[in-house]
Amino acid sequence: MVAQSLVPAERREAMNEDLKDPILAIRNLKVAFATYDGVVEAVKGIDIDIGAGETVAIVGESGSGKSQTMMATMGLLAANGQAQGSIRYRGEELLGLPPKALNRYRGKTIAMIFQEPMTSLDPLFKIERQLIEPLMAHSGLSRSAARARAIELLTKVEIPNPAERIDSYPHEMSGGQRQRVMIAMALANKPDVLIADEPTTALDVTVQAHILELLRGLQHEFGMAIVFITHDLGIVRRFADRTYVMRQGVVVEQGDTGELFTKPRDAYTKMLIEAEPAGRKAPVPPDSAIVLSAQGMRVTFRQRRGLFGTDVRTVEAVKGIDLTVRRGETIGIVGESGSGKSTLGRAILGLVPADGAVRYDGALIHPTDRHAMRPLRRHLQLVFQDPYGSLSPRLTAGEIVTEGLLVHEPGISRAERDRRAAGAFEEVWLDPATRHRFPHEFSGGQRQRIAIARTMILKPTLVVLDEPTSALDRSVQKSIVELLRHLQTKYGLAYLFISHDLAVVRALSDEILVMKQGAVVERGTVDTIFTNARESYTRELIAAAFLDNPDGRSFT
Amino acid sequence: MLIYTLRRLASAVPTLFIIVTVAFFLVRFAPGGPFDMEQPVAPQVLENLKRAYSLDQPLFYQYLDYLGKLVRGDLGPSYSALDFTVGEMLMRGLPYSISLGFGALILAVFGGVTAGVVAALHQNSASDYSVMTVATVGVTVPNFVVGPLLQLVFGLMLGLLPLGGWGGGDLSHRILPTIALALPQMAVIARLTRGAMIEALRADHIRTLRANGLSNSIIITHALRGALLPVISYLGPAAAALVTGSVVIEKIFAIPGVGAYFVDGALNRDYTLVMGTVVMLAGFVVVFNLIVDLLYAALDPRVRYE
Repeated sequence: MVAQSLVPAERREAMNEDLKDPILAIRNLKVAFATYDGVVEAVKGIDIDIGAGETVAIVGESGSGKSQTMMATMGLLAANGQAQGSIRYRGEELLGLPPKALNRYRGKTIAMIFQEPMTSLDPLFKIERQLIEPLMAHSGLSRSAARARAIELLTKVEIPNPAERIDSYPHEMSGGQRQRVMIAMALANKPDVLIADEPTTALDVTVQAHILELLRGLQHEFGMAIVFITHDLGIVRRFADRTYVMRQGVVVEQGDTGELFTKPRDAYTKMLIEAEPAGRKAPVPPDSAIVLSAQGMRVTFRQRRGLFGTDVRTVEAVKGIDLTVRRGETIGIVGESGSGKSTLGRAILGLVPADGAVRYDGALIHPTDRHAMRPLRRHLQLVFQDPYGSLSPRLTAGEIVTEGLLVHEPGISRAERDRRAAGAFEEVWLDPATRHRFPHEFSGGQRQRIAIARTMILKPTLVVLDEPTSALDRSVQKSIVELLRHLQTKYGLAYLFISHDLAVVRALSDEILVMKQGAVVERGTVDTIFTNARESYTRELIAAAFLDNPDGRSFT
Repeated sequence: MLIYTLRRLASAVPTLFIIVTVAFFLVRFAPGGPFDMEQPVAPQVLENLKRAYSLDQPLFYQYLDYLGKLVRGDLGPSYSALDFTVGEMLMRGLPYSISLGFGALILAVFGGVTAGVVAALHQNSASDYSVMTVATVGVTVPNFVVGPLLQLVFGLMLGLLPLGGWGGGDLSHRILPTIALALPQMAVIARLTRGAMIEALRADHIRTLRANGLSNSIIITHALRGALLPVISYLGPAAAALVTGSVVIEKIFAIPGVGAYFVDGALNRDYTLVMGTVVMLAGFVVVFNLIVDLLYAALDPRVRYE
């Protein structure tokens, strides 16, 4: 695999070890943060070179220091952060420059875009103002000239109707459009270096692909170097000429991207590459009992408007969906954000008001009253996407895990509950001794295991998994996927697996439902969907998820 | 926006109704009456007085009668200030109180916001600590201490400004009471602004401005607009309290505003005067809260009323 690049092949060879004439040269950079628990070293003396016009990826998992390296370059470290070493742009030392002097470079020759397009634009100002400010500050344009140039930039980032859209507020745009505006802003003064910090992580897969294509096109046009900070190896492999792999503040491996993927030298790099979810699920025997069936699920949200709230508008979030799950079976529900996939999962569990009929084990559970539903709840469980928000910070992990028992088995003693908590911890491969700790003492992956333990302690038959791995690093994802597989085989669990990540869905599911705007546009077995999708929407989702690697295997 | 304003005003009617009802019965159930003097009035006289003011009627009838008159804008006669209606009394005092209150409001907002921004920009520096210390003092020292202190220093010792009185609205007469009235509010606003500003400066979109190499003045403009939102929410009730006068300040500086009526009305069991001040304050709160919400929508484009 050879990344498409502006840099001639012979030059890339030379860059491999020692870049001749870097425009950005980072030497022995150390970043430390003063915290209440003492000084934390985020970056521990690294060297990075960026050559003119090349694309460099810095990969690593969260906490590897990849973002802080570039924050230090831009002078954007938090107030308690301190950088040491040297960062030179075309020979000029940037580190230690006062903000005013640094502003000669920031936004002019070195620009940056961020992970969070939803919050990176000022919600109180029109995008026009936000676009023309950098133009007026650095290029000395008049207001009207800056506006004309801003419209031109919006055209370049493919915002439809730029002359009109320039007067929009950020909340009137989608996440993808906001990221395009961020890119337009960064490109305003034709920088030499564009730092992109996880530019597509917060976006839907199909939007991701478009933004990356856009960046590639603009790189050709502007001839700038791009530094991708990412944990997504798909992006690295597709776009980067050279790659730095960071772990715990240290560069563990660097080199030509193609070479790095084919012949990784470092054990950590190998682990990262192999962490792509692989394998398939064993099929369910055809005589397996039906656990749950839902007919005609329909969810409608009402909005009241007008003088007396009489003008009622309805939004159909889920438009009449049927679904059947057997024991041991996993139904993958995929689609972009807003497609109604999470709402469908909640409607089936009776957590949002919905029309339609749900049968559990043959008995009608929807429509039914809350009282009759309660004893059945233990069999139908839910795991959420955000392992940080879904655990109460004031309870210990053990208390969180056993809370359901207070409702469903109120008779058992405290000692028995504690014993079961220890058992549940072992079940999800956590050290039972850690059950007395509080959630903030656990990592994201560990928290998600606590969330899974909380459901497993009730011995459920069906678990709705709502994006359970989306907030996690790839290598952590892998272990959660393995845990879910293990629990499914052991207890014959049925899963409804809601995700936009088709790589994970493919590794776990029997059948896949593709949702768009509240309706199922396509459904079928994993093999049919992945090899023979009818709908272009499905094919787009797949292409976006696997980028140029449609067979979805690990990078070998 | 117009529909929203109308709807808000319409929804103020039940609010005011409940306030009037509760206040009416509360003050009636308080022991004592408007004609309790140190020397008891002769029973025949008392009876005549009560008949003259319809106080001999059943309470519920009096309540309906009051409501009926209130709807027509009649706040009734005062029981203590003879020959005056409550409406006349309020109309006479309000111009002083409103004029003083608005001056204090403007001073409190500009002084408070400026101090808060300065403190936030130099967080944990000497200027931050001194602003916050002054603000804490401003909140904790009561205005019956601040008022006389100002009179003592600027009036008696330096002889720069008059001690009291309205002086026909002359600026020199207004300076000291305005400062005394504004100080506690300024302190609260300074603290609110500092906190909101520190928060705003940490926002992602401010990081974007820094990454684009924009100057401090642009960064402050962006951050301040976000930081003002919580301050504006606070201003509704604060403004209503300021313009309806302060008993203490008006007494100390001998200003004939409406502040004194709150206390006088309650002490004299002057039922109609108490009710009049309650209606006035409630009306101001409703109107100022509406102004605040409209202002909020003007500052934050995400808030749109339909």
